[in-house]
Parts: sequence; C-alpha cells; structure tokens
Amino acid sequence: MNINLTLLMQAAAFAAFIWFTARFVWPPLMRAIENRQKQIADGLAAGEQGRQNLSTAEKRSADMLAEGKAKAAEIVALGEKFKSETMEQAKVLAKAEADRIVAAAKAEIEQEVARAKESLRNSVADLAVAGASKILKREVDAKAHADLLREIQQKL
Amino acid sequence: MAAGTELTPTSYIGHHLTFLAKPVGGEGGFWTLHVDTFVTTLILGVLCFGFLWLVTRKATAGVPSKTQAFVELAIDFINDQVKGIYQGGSTLVAPLALTTFVLVLFMNAMDFLPVDIMAWIYENVFHLHNWRSVPTADVNTTFALALSVFALMIFYSIKVKGLGGWLHELVSAPFGLKPLWMSPLLVVFNLLFQVVEYVSKPLSHSLRLYGNMYAGEIIFMLLGLWAATGVVGTVFGGVLHLGWAIFHILIVALQAYIFMMLTVVYIAMAHEHH
Repeated sequence: MNINLTLLMQAAAFAAFIWFTARFVWPPLMRAIENRQKQIADGLAAGEQGRQNLSTAEKRSADMLAEGKAKAAEIVALGEKFKSETMEQAKVLAKAEADRIVAAAKAEIEQEVARAKESLRNSVADLAVAGASKILKREVDAKAHADLLREIQQKL
Repeated sequence: MAAGTELTPTSYIGHHLTFLAKPVGGEGGFWTLHVDTFVTTLILGVLCFGFLWLVTRKATAGVPSKTQAFVELAIDFINDQVKGIYQGGSTLVAPLALTTFVLVLFMNAMDFLPVDIMAWIYENVFHLHNWRSVPTADVNTTFALALSVFALMIFYSIKVKGLGGWLHELVSAPFGLKPLWMSPLLVVFNLLFQVVEYVSKPLSHSLRLYGNMYAGEIIFMLLGLWAATGVVGTVFGGVLHLGWAIFHILIVALQAYIFMMLTVVYIAMAHEHH
C-alpha cells in the first residue's frame, strides 16, 4: 500500500468522468426516458378515454336500436290499421258497385223482355192477320180492321 | 514472467503485484505514478462513457433500439436506487452514481482477464514487463474515488447547512450540548465522534473495494500456482480458476453496487440535519 501521485490522477480522472456523465450522458437519456414515460401515460389515458367513449357509444346505439324497434312496431301497427280500414272501404265500394251493376243488368233484362214481348206481339198480330186473310181468302183491309187488330194485339 | 531468473511462487506473485511505477520529475516517493492503473482507468472510462455518449446521441423518446433499451435499463435501475435513498435536490447525485457504478464495475471486471495470458500479452505485444490490469486492486484508485466522494460529502454538508451549521453540527452532534455545565466535555466527545465518523467513511468505503479486488486477484494467482505441479495440476487449477471466476462475477458486480450505494448514502447523509 503505497499512496502516491496515482491517487490525485485517479481522482482527476474520476472527476472528469463524473462531469462528462452529468453533462453529456445522463440528461439526454433521462429526457428520452421521461418523454417516453409521458407518451406511454398519454397513450394509456387515450386508450382509457377511447374505452369510455366506446361504452357510451354502445349504450347510445342500444338506445337508438330500441327506439327504432319501437317506432317500427308502431309503424307496422299503423299500416295494419290502415290496411284493414282500406279493405273495409274497398269492400263497401265493391258492394255498392256490384249492386249497381246488378241493378243495371236487371233493368236491361226487363227492357229486353219488354222489347221481345212487343215484337212478339207485333209478329203475332201479323201472323193473325195473315192467318185470317188466308181463312177469309181475301185481302183484309188493314185500315178497316185496324181497330180490330189493335184489339187483338192488346189481348196478346 | 521474469525471464532468466528462476521462477518461484514468491517471484511469480510478486511479479504480478508489481505496478508499472514511473517517478514524475525524477523524485520518486509520493511523486510516482502507477501508469498501468491510470492508463487502464482512462481507457475503460473513455470506452464506457464514450459508448454511453454514442447511445445518447442516437437516443429517441420513441421506440428505443436494443442498445438504448439496455442502457436505459441500467440508468433506470440506478435512478430508482438513487431516488429511494437521496431526496435532496442536486441533479449531480444520480449521474455521479452512474459514473461510479459503471467505472467501478468495469475496473473490477478487468479481474476476469486471465492474469498470465495478459501478462504475456503486455510483455510481448506492448513490451511492458510489469502491468497490473485491475485498477481497483490499487489502493490509490479506491482512495481517489472514496476521497472524491468524501469531498462531495463535505461540500454538500456545507452547502445544505451552511458553514456555521456544519461546524455547529461537528461539535453538537450526536450527544447535544446540554446540560450547560457539561458543554465543554460534550463538545470534545461530539467532535471525537464526528472525526471518527468522517475518517471511517472514506476508509471503509475505499478499503472494502480494494480488499475484495486485491484478494480476488491474489486468489487467481494462487490458483495459477497449480500450474507448477504438472499437467494434471494445471487442469485442476484451471477448473478451480473457472469456479473462482464465476464466483468473482458476483463479487465484481456486488462491490460495484455497494460502492455506488455507499456513495449515494454518504451524500444523502450529508444532507441530513441532526
């Protein structure tokens, strides 16, 4: 153990290394570490915020879905009601139309019948006249017997 | 190894324990420099702190490279230790702890270099007959480190408490000054206690490290002596060497850690008011 100048030189070297580390090595590395810690903390906070946002959004979307379902059901019920009303209305209209058509057809048939009767009557009168004239073997004066013929026609 | 002369265990160990001492200014005595210790320290310091500096230059707050992550791991470890012990405001203490830890660790780690192979390299490559690789096995180094810490201790004591406060503490702690009629006696005892405390701190601080590293070196040399007993002895000595080297890894790291922790503890203690 001999203490000598080495001690002073080593102390000087040590001091120089301390100075170098404190000046050039420690601060930048610490800064990098602290910045990264901050970034990570920010990232974690952002993640937490995002998760909260997600849960709120999920809740809101569930609410909206429920609301939409309720509205749809309401609309369907309304449509159902409207449909039945329209059907009822259409039925009434159709019935009225059918009645009208039936009535018109009936009237027409009656008219046809009357017309047929009329023509039949005329034909019968002509036939009767022809028959009578044949029986009498002479021309019947249509004018002279018009009253008679009309009478016969009336009877038919 | 000393060529030409007969090799005895004493000359073998003695050779390995001889510093490359250069007298400065032709006087010798105190004015001698252990060139091996000093140069090794400088090389290690420049390599270590140069490496750290290169890492800092490329340091990024984003995704770090593997090297940066490794360095940050070390820095974070030391920062945690320092924060746990030292609550003072100085920004010098944490870098000081890093410097101490890294420097002492690597100076200790020089012990892993096989003594005889290195001796051969120093002898034949660098033509240096005496060269000791482990700076911390030189008591000058450990005293230099411990006394630097001691100086910082005094500096922080005075800085925190003021010169008057520090001087007052020298005579008033740990026993106090009361009762008044006992004061003169108490002053003497307080001062005695403080002196013992102040002397024991750097002494134990430096000698603990020195003793461990010196002993480690000696054991390597003693195991090296097995080589004198023939081939079997050499192999056996090699196995023992390996075992001791593995155990020595623990000592090297542990002593560096203890030295760093004590540095921080002493400086933290300098901040305390009694």
